[in-house]
Amino acid sequence: MTSAARIIPCLDVEAGRVVKGVNFVDIRDAGDPVELAARYDQQGADELVFLDITASSDQRDTIVDVARRTAEEVYIPFTIGGGIRTVEDARRLLRVGADKTAINTAAVRRPELVREIATEFGSQCCVVSIDVRRTNDADAPKSGFEVHTHGGRTRTGIDAIVFAREVVRLGAGEIMLTSMDRDGTRDGFDLELTSTVSDAVDVPVIASGGVGTLEHLAEGVIDGRADAVLAASIFHFGEHTVGEAKELMAARGVTVRPSQ
Amino acid sequence: MTPRVAVLDYGIGNLRSAQKTLERVGADPILTADPDEVAAAAGVVLPGVGAFGRVMEAIRETGVDDIARSAVDAGTPFIGICVGMQALYEGSEESPGVPGLGILPGTIRRLGSTTERIKVPQMQWNRLDLHGESALFADLPDDPWVYFVHGYAPEATDDVIATCEYGGTVTAAAQRNNVMATQFHPEKSGRVGVQIISNFVDLCREQQPGGLQEGRGADPAWSERPERSGKQ
Repeated sequence: MTSAARIIPCLDVEAGRVVKGVNFVDIRDAGDPVELAARYDQQGADELVFLDITASSDQRDTIVDVARRTAEEVYIPFTIGGGIRTVEDARRLLRVGADKTAINTAAVRRPELVREIATEFGSQCCVVSIDVRRTNDADAPKSGFEVHTHGGRTRTGIDAIVFAREVVRLGAGEIMLTSMDRDGTRDGFDLELTSTVSDAVDVPVIASGGVGTLEHLAEGVIDGRADAVLAASIFHFGEHTVGEAKELMAARGVTVRPSQ
Repeated sequence: MTPRVAVLDYGIGNLRSAQKTLERVGADPILTADPDEVAAAAGVVLPGVGAFGRVMEAIRETGVDDIARSAVDAGTPFIGICVGMQALYEGSEESPGVPGLGILPGTIRRLGSTTERIKVPQMQWNRLDLHGESALFADLPDDPWVYFVHGYAPEATDDVIATCEYGGTVTAAAQRNNVMATQFHPEKSGRVGVQIISNFVDLCREQQPGGLQEGRGADPAWSERPERSGKQ
């Protein structure tokens, strides 16, 4: 069976601009989402993720318009996430050109939303984004991997492994797994977290958080057993192209779709 | 020449992706379920997402079943995509008892394997194996990869023009004369997909009223496939 590891550039968008933070603070501007989307599409990205990280809800209408214009530039699967709380929120994003929606905080607060979106649009439309930090105090969950919400700021006490299994049971078609400890550090994925979740669920896992080199991408698939790898800053600032990432991964023995 | 292509709109799914890809390759797409508009179009696209039964119900409620049959009978280049492909067949294991359009012979079967552990639906990029020569697949790279999201696929028939490997050999595309169909999403398959849509639009150009309309039966685009001749 042919199966290719996917490389997914991620656009974290705030107030119409792509931004990149270190551990979700210290945010710096990385460009125009529409331009970046077109660039990654041309470079042979396998998918594109657009995450609305706008904190205030009054800017949501602006972001929908930005998402629509970004979607126009891509001829590959396109996921939009951020701020989805209801089936109607998801529908609105699918209408502007998303193929999949990613839900995060709302899935923690009300897991039934996963079932509702999967039932209405199919599991293939329902990505659950899980932000995880390692914790080891008295309140930490058993695995030591704790689900966080609100951009990694809020602890939930929920075990990430248990939660991943639960959302898959409810209909999630894919897990986007972000290590908040690694996000923005450029130290590489949390491979133990990634492989533990990959082994625990039978849907694709997208590894996220910490990519600083192309080798990290290959590690995510080989050691993390992820089905897809997500990265932002190594692509946004022109250090590497998606094509270079694919060459390196192929050289490490990972099957990738050629950047045709 | 800008061929007008009708994207059949029966109220299901996001049609914008198909529409914008058609625009990019120089077609003039319209989203419609109007019989006159479709009859006047140089090409027809039948998209589809979701469960077979629900898609067929919507197709019938909006009269798109008759519209699609008329376009096929008129010899207009016609392409069904994903569940829009499945709708062209006689029925599906997904929705027993719900008849399909019956334009192509065969039944839609659930993906599965007795020997390999595969995830259903197949939701991934996969490599196409092309069979025979179809104008739909002109100018593709040697290893064309395309994007699939599907849990079911048509059984193997003489109409198959492309397959992929997923727990066995899976029908990826089919063609019978002017009727083409893909299980994958060309509008989501990057450059390869854009090329396929461009090839389809080229066929529409050739068929445009005032173009080769009179010579439909002998159109070289169809007769490139001699193994299909004689089937009507």
